[in-house]
Amino acid sequence: MNRSLILGALLSAVFVIAALVSFVWTPHDVLGLDIPNKLKEPGGAHLFGTDHFGRDIFSMVMVGARTSIAVAVVAVGIGMLLGVPLGLAAAARTGTLLDEVIMRGNDLVFAFPSLLIAIMITAVFGASAVNAIIAIGIFNIPVFARLVRGASLSLWTRDYVLAARVSGKGAARISFEHILPNLTNLLIVQGTIQFSLGILAEAGLSYVGLGAQPPTPSWGRMLAESQTMFSFKPHLAIFPGLAILLTVLGLNLMGDGLRDWLDPRLRRTKR
Amino acid sequence: MKLMKFATVSALAMMVAGGAMAKSDITLALQLEPPHLDPTSAAAGAIDSVLYSNVFEGLTRFASDGSIIPGLAQSWEVSEDGLTYTFKLAEGVTFHDGTTMDAEDVKFSLDRARAEDSANAQKVLFASIADVEAVDATTVKITLSAPNGSLLFNLAWGDAVIVAPESIENITQMPVGTGAFKFTNWVQGDNIVLERNPDYWGTPAKLDKVTFKFIADPTAGFAAVMAEDVDVFSGYPAPENVPQFEADPRFQVIVGNTEGETILAMNNKLAPFDDVRVREAVSHAIDRQAIIDGAMFGLGTPIGTHFAPHNPDYVDLTADSAYDPEKAKALLAEAGFADGFTTTLKLPPPSYARRGGEIIAAQLRDVGIQTEISNLEWAQWLEEVFKGKDFGLTIVSHTEPMDIGIYARPDYYFQYDDADFQAMNAELEAEADPAKRTAILDKMQRKIAGDYVNGYLFQLAVPTIAKAGVVGLWENAPTQANDMTGVYWAE
Repeated sequence: MNRSLILGALLSAVFVIAALVSFVWTPHDVLGLDIPNKLKEPGGAHLFGTDHFGRDIFSMVMVGARTSIAVAVVAVGIGMLLGVPLGLAAAARTGTLLDEVIMRGNDLVFAFPSLLIAIMITAVFGASAVNAIIAIGIFNIPVFARLVRGASLSLWTRDYVLAARVSGKGAARISFEHILPNLTNLLIVQGTIQFSLGILAEAGLSYVGLGAQPPTPSWGRMLAESQTMFSFKPHLAIFPGLAILLTVLGLNLMGDGLRDWLDPRLRRTKR
Repeated sequence: MKLMKFATVSALAMMVAGGAMAKSDITLALQLEPPHLDPTSAAAGAIDSVLYSNVFEGLTRFASDGSIIPGLAQSWEVSEDGLTYTFKLAEGVTFHDGTTMDAEDVKFSLDRARAEDSANAQKVLFASIADVEAVDATTVKITLSAPNGSLLFNLAWGDAVIVAPESIENITQMPVGTGAFKFTNWVQGDNIVLERNPDYWGTPAKLDKVTFKFIADPTAGFAAVMAEDVDVFSGYPAPENVPQFEADPRFQVIVGNTEGETILAMNNKLAPFDDVRVREAVSHAIDRQAIIDGAMFGLGTPIGTHFAPHNPDYVDLTADSAYDPEKAKALLAEAGFADGFTTTLKLPPPSYARRGGEIIAAQLRDVGIQTEISNLEWAQWLEEVFKGKDFGLTIVSHTEPMDIGIYARPDYYFQYDDADFQAMNAELEAEADPAKRTAILDKMQRKIAGDYVNGYLFQLAVPTIAKAGVVGLWENAPTQANDMTGVYWAE
């Protein structure tokens, strides 16, 4: 175990726990407005202060974590579920038309800036958390497809794969029984990184109003709403901003740490 | 010595000249950019907010306090039966392209506005006009089909300004009017420049140049004002920043009345809002003061009907729809919605709508009404809500002056269709006697409040932030306009 893994895991755990706890308990009701208590400075009954509607920012950050994590988990899940089989298929049929179609299709999606795809989808289907998930999920597909194809190509030349082929196993069985298990570490590491990018993307989409719709709290929208008040009530932006920063930092550290920990070659050189 | 004196004098002269030079132009920021520049063929108030009274003038016009004063018509006579208005036009008026403005132009403008195929957004203003006749170059006779007490008021609207047949073709890009400023340039997406009209027929403008700059984003607007990139921000969109500007000696904050009745509009033909008990329940579920404090940071006056509180004919009916969630729940139960219902709440961009919408959603949730909020851009809002009538609830501010008449239009977006009200409106339009008009307006206000057509929230107050030395801006906004003709810089 290395330090960045532990630090990253701890930071991420804080937000995951906050999100889970928010299902059963938050210090205050995030939907209930309390106009007379608006814009309270941090401290007292409201640890992080209150926003322009008098909602408790600490509770909103907790529920916002839930929104961010849910969007990122599902989006990365979509990317993996579709991207991994595509990558496996391309590697199994390398050089064929299927490979070309899959990989050039991936290039096409990859060539679009991710946020642009998201804006396009939400513009067509309307802004909502579900559409944000789909948008972020779509640009996760080529990431996993490429990663899986590249790594599988070298695995296909291994002797044990040859043995499996000789024993009469089809390409699909080999892919799932022999190739995929050897990619697990890689997928975990990439998944963690994509997860942090997903959280960032969700915050970005919510910031421009294309993510979770009010009244669902979301870190990105909290930032957007605090913009005009930042000059006299900075706490409105600082706490959701810090939440995004620390979660993304935590996940990135965890991703790096996991790679160092899981990759035997790197482990050897470090010691 | 002599040389020194000369140097001092010339330095002084340069300073004076320099000072005067620096203070003869002004940059005024607005949030919304006009879609085009023809006030007579679009509903967009943004057009009037640049051109009204600056570039285009009508026969009559609004003064800052909302009263009607002579415009291009210097005087008028009304016949005994109230059917004939004879306007005497100002002498020697020319359009900015040099052509003369005479009675024929007035006839052209009014005939164009009220024509069958007219694109005018307020055709109803001209509905009572039967004929426009150019008697001689400076005399226009308007004949009405029925007496209309509000003709002079109607002619003051930006939709009734006088345009020229010679320049009508390119009016959307190159507006040619008679005003104290002439249109110079439009950089789309950024600014419109007006320059002083040296040949103006009336009191010339004090400023040489006015630049209207369009800043949609409230944060960018805040930065632009703070950095003094703009001299005035008319209709500053973030009321939360007003205390900061008030505390800053560099700025003055003008908070005047507007004609903006901000309402929670209900789709009167869509179930369950076709049931008056449901509409009454919604009205009682709303806490106006919380909305004013939360969405507008205290700016705004509660209203109980669709009428401006600063108008002498206003009736305070806020008590009829006072905040009373228990009563709202009881009414919902009576209407068969004891468990509440779900509806849509579509919100246009201004913060009164976006923030007000979140507050209203929370208040409605307390009585069991669930709302699905969707935030729309103006174009989408006009398409879906205003034209398409595809909505349950929406929030919007009606900034036209004296617009209670919209309730007499059955196909208007909130779809209130009531024969009694339509009869009252017809009666009002035919009535010229002020006392009787007051009585009718009283009835009309009570009628729509009693039918709970919409949730009446507050009269919009729009802050204008200006640099300390700017003098002569309109304090109130009787119509959407930024009349720059009397604006100047104090020493």
